[in-house]
Amino acid sequence: MEFLTSTILPGLLTGATVTITVTLASLTIAATLGFLLALVREFSGLRLLNFAIDAYVEYLRNIPALSHLFILYFGLASIGFAITSIPAAIIGLGLVGSAVTCDIYRSGFSALGKGQSEAALAVGMTPMQVIWLILSPQAFRVALPPLGNYALQLLKDTSVVSAIAAPEIMFYARSMVTSTFQTTLIYSSAALLYLAMSLPLAWGVARLEKRFGGATDV
Amino acid sequence: MFEFLSVFVQYADQWGPRLAEAAVVSARISLLGFALAAVVGLVLALMQDASSALLRGVAKGYVIFFRGVPVLAILFLIYFGLPGIGVVFDAEPAAVVGLGLAFAAQMAEVYRAGLSAIPKGQWEAARSVGFLPGQVLFLIILPQVARIVAAPVIVTFVALLKDSSLASLITVNELVLEGRALATEYFLPLHIYIWVGVMYFIIAFPLSMLAKLLSRRARLGTR
Amino acid sequence: MSNPILSVSGLHKSYGAVEVLKGIDFEVSPGEKIALLGPSGSGKSTCLRCVNFLETPTRGEILLDGERVGVGSGGRAMNNRDLAPQRAQMGMVFQGFNLWPHLSVRDNIAIAVRKVQKSSAAEARDLAEAMLAKVHMAEKADAMPGQLSGGQQQRVAIARALAQRPKLMLFDEPTSALDPELVGEVLNVMHELADEGRTMLIVTHEIAFARDVADRVLFLYDGVIEEEGPARQVIETPQKDRTKAFLSRMNG
Repeated sequence: MEFLTSTILPGLLTGATVTITVTLASLTIAATLGFLLALVREFSGLRLLNFAIDAYVEYLRNIPALSHLFILYFGLASIGFAITSIPAAIIGLGLVGSAVTCDIYRSGFSALGKGQSEAALAVGMTPMQVIWLILSPQAFRVALPPLGNYALQLLKDTSVVSAIAAPEIMFYARSMVTSTFQTTLIYSSAALLYLAMSLPLAWGVARLEKRFGGATDV
Repeated sequence: MFEFLSVFVQYADQWGPRLAEAAVVSARISLLGFALAAVVGLVLALMQDASSALLRGVAKGYVIFFRGVPVLAILFLIYFGLPGIGVVFDAEPAAVVGLGLAFAAQMAEVYRAGLSAIPKGQWEAARSVGFLPGQVLFLIILPQVARIVAAPVIVTFVALLKDSSLASLITVNELVLEGRALATEYFLPLHIYIWVGVMYFIIAFPLSMLAKLLSRRARLGTR
Repeated sequence: MSNPILSVSGLHKSYGAVEVLKGIDFEVSPGEKIALLGPSGSGKSTCLRCVNFLETPTRGEILLDGERVGVGSGGRAMNNRDLAPQRAQMGMVFQGFNLWPHLSVRDNIAIAVRKVQKSSAAEARDLAEAMLAKVHMAEKADAMPGQLSGGQQQRVAIARALAQRPKLMLFDEPTSALDPELVGEVLNVMHELADEGRTMLIVTHEIAFARDVADRVLFLYDGVIEEEGPARQVIETPQKDRTKAFLSRMNG
């Protein structure tokens, strides 16, 4: 028990700060980049651009994050673009996430009835005003619960970046195992630490779902 | 660009067979893991509707736990952690069990969403024309549920397939681990990891497209 | 005879091979109220939506206060951006209200006043509240659209259109989506607007309302104006068989 509080917990908590940093940073990239992609995809009307975005999204979504991280971390280094592990983790998970959030925002936009933009055009708004003032705020509200779910998933997925030596929870767990061999205790503590971080987030998502889920009274 | 691409051609006969073999392992753990997830998920879904509060509580706790803990942590716990209390798994069975248990929670949600999407009137109408309970379920309800869950089931499988890459971290010799071995042998990590990625894509992309098609069709069907 | 506010001539609209409007011509004078009647599928809603180019006409000419709508210099078709200032001169009320659910009732009205007419926030707020008072919704300024009944939502939508200070009001079946007991409050507001001398073009199924409020009725059938004339005359003594059949069906 003493070993738990003196060694394991401090180690895992140090890792948790990196876990949280990587989660927040890649969430920020994913949420903004995905929104821009969704805007362009929904409203540009340029076929070539649309195709490029679709290709980007499908490429990122149909390949494991681990694979993307290895390409980014080991692959690019081999041709002279070395990125250190934490930035590689943030960029990798951020890009993968942008594909996820792009789809989330797009379904937010497509959930809005045609009447919403028609009414805005009818009062004399320009297309840009329609998108910014009328459609985006609503799409964002529809997207909030699934974005919350994505954030929860992302928090867990950061465990993968231990494989490119980013010193988060699982990384610390593994290195402590190598030095102490307390595998059962260490890995169950790690699992519980994730659970302790996920539960409040899951509770928040459930509240979002209650507040915004399916309540698009258009 | 041409130089870059020519590397793939140059090593195709050396990498190709080894990665193909590893892909079989990836497919195997994914399919077995998914089969486990489908069964356990169904049990969980039924438990969540059970009249016993204990069964409901256990199912709910299960879903909360596996929704909150990374698959990687589950795999480590099973493969590295359980031997500490005397339960020893080989790497591949550990991966199958870990993936299966983790995704069972998701499958349970998929089943529940499918069942709850069937309006009560469907049961009532089926009963009122005189169907037996079994007939109600198999002729009227399940065909509708199947239509609704087809797409999310495939989406869940693709997610599981992608997470099967984590098995490389518990020494299962699947695509990513074989890729790492090749990368150290040939010092061409960029090419090799791209190849690995493409192999996943080749399986996952058609499935994702199928899921998209099915979900569109299911939506049209319910209107 | 003063110059018409709106002049529609040779209006055609096709969707693929289906021709919905087959040449519509009419004019609306300042202060005039015109009701567009006709069975569903006759093209009356399409006709109204062509006036502010929510539907792009296949052929024909729309003049608003003498200015060509939807067509720029050199006969170039306008995009939505170019159309915005022209649309701002016409207030439109939709069958489905189309209030913006993320904005309060007040902001539903004020947002266009600020962003389109470029008024200050205070001016927009005052105007919004004045328009809400006009439709007897002043006390609901802080409510969200989702909290209102259909009839209340439609009155807010009317206030939103009024706040544009439009030259012309377009009503696209404003009471068709309402529960029967809520129709009256919306028709009352429209009646009051008519009494103020506003110029109104109304697509409706409310025959009695059209008879009492409209100056003229256009009866559309199969994409053409089958019969037109003073409202009371067309509705009480229709000349054409199709008009008679339609009206007798409506009066059930």
